[in-house]
Amino acid sequence: MMALAVDLALALVAAAAALSFWRLLIGPSAPDRILALDTLYINTIALLILLGLRLDSALYFEAALLIAVIGFVGTLALCKYLLRGDIIE
Amino acid sequence: MLEALLSLLILAGAIFTFIGSLGLARLPDFFTRLHAPTKATTLGVGCLLVASAIHFSTQGEGLSLHEVLVTLFLFITAPVSGHLLGKTGLHLQLPRLGRQDDEDHG
Amino acid sequence: MSPIWRLLPHPWLTPVLTLVWLLLNNSLAPGHILLGLLLGWLIPLLTWRLWPDTVHFHRPLTLLRFVGRVLWDILAANLNVAQLILGKPERLRPAFFAVPLDLKSELAIGLLANTVSLTPGTLSVELSRDRHTLFVHGLDVPDPDAARAEIKRRYEAPLKEVLEP
Repeated sequence: MMALAVDLALALVAAAAALSFWRLLIGPSAPDRILALDTLYINTIALLILLGLRLDSALYFEAALLIAVIGFVGTLALCKYLLRGDIIE
Repeated sequence: MLEALLSLLILAGAIFTFIGSLGLARLPDFFTRLHAPTKATTLGVGCLLVASAIHFSTQGEGLSLHEVLVTLFLFITAPVSGHLLGKTGLHLQLPRLGRQDDEDHG
Repeated sequence: MSPIWRLLPHPWLTPVLTLVWLLLNNSLAPGHILLGLLLGWLIPLLTWRLWPDTVHFHRPLTLLRFVGRVLWDILAANLNVAQLILGKPERLRPAFFAVPLDLKSELAIGLLANTVSLTPGTLSVELSRDRHTLFVHGLDVPDPDAARAEIKRRYEAPLKEVLEP
């Protein structure tokens, strides 16, 4: 039963990632695209956790943690750039 | 029993993640769209991580709680990136729907 | 500051850092506990200049109740927002509203802003320069005055009790 649930969940999260990607493509403004990218990171974390459950391996956790960290820093840097025109103050 | 609980958590997490992205795709303006990812992270990924922690803890190799760390990290960072994105939206004066209280800030 | 507190500038940070280290390694081996304690002691010591104010938590019970309430609100409000997203977008009543702050310290204001953002349906977008007003965006706000009062009563009051008695 759990395998079925994980498969269904994988399909749902993949659809979610497609929707985020759609927003990333159409924009219309730069913050919209940053927001879409941020959501895409989160969808990827969800996908990785599900893959870990599907393949019964705890290794994917490390990748999920790394994406969480890098995604956060990336979002902040992009926002700072739009706010100030400069990243390092 | 445990498997049913896990399946429920996984499906709930996936559905919330999906609804978050759906909101991102179909809501009308930037500021309403901003609400979508905060949802996807907090409840969606939270549910998935709890399911993962329970699953790996019951495999007979002792507790596995490091998923809590990702949840914790997301709970701390999601509001911060949301706040900064909102600030950026105000700064760039993106079009917004609905009523506004004050115009003279920022 | 007495010499003991100089050696342990942030008593709260040490157990938290130790716990994070143990979670990161997913292990409870004695060696990791020792290493975690060492890191938990050294990191606050080396970075104390970054956070000069010592944090005091008054009324731990109120704090626990507050955390529980926030977690419950996240769950309830998530269901609410999911409904809003699946419903007709034209029916949303998004609004910006200002929340006048009674809190003074940076940590308290930061925690309030994060709490407001975490509970779905509201998002803190800007803090005024004088730190007296928090600007909040709501996804569906029929009555901004009620929403403002709700934030002040539900989240600001307990935070004030815990951090600024």
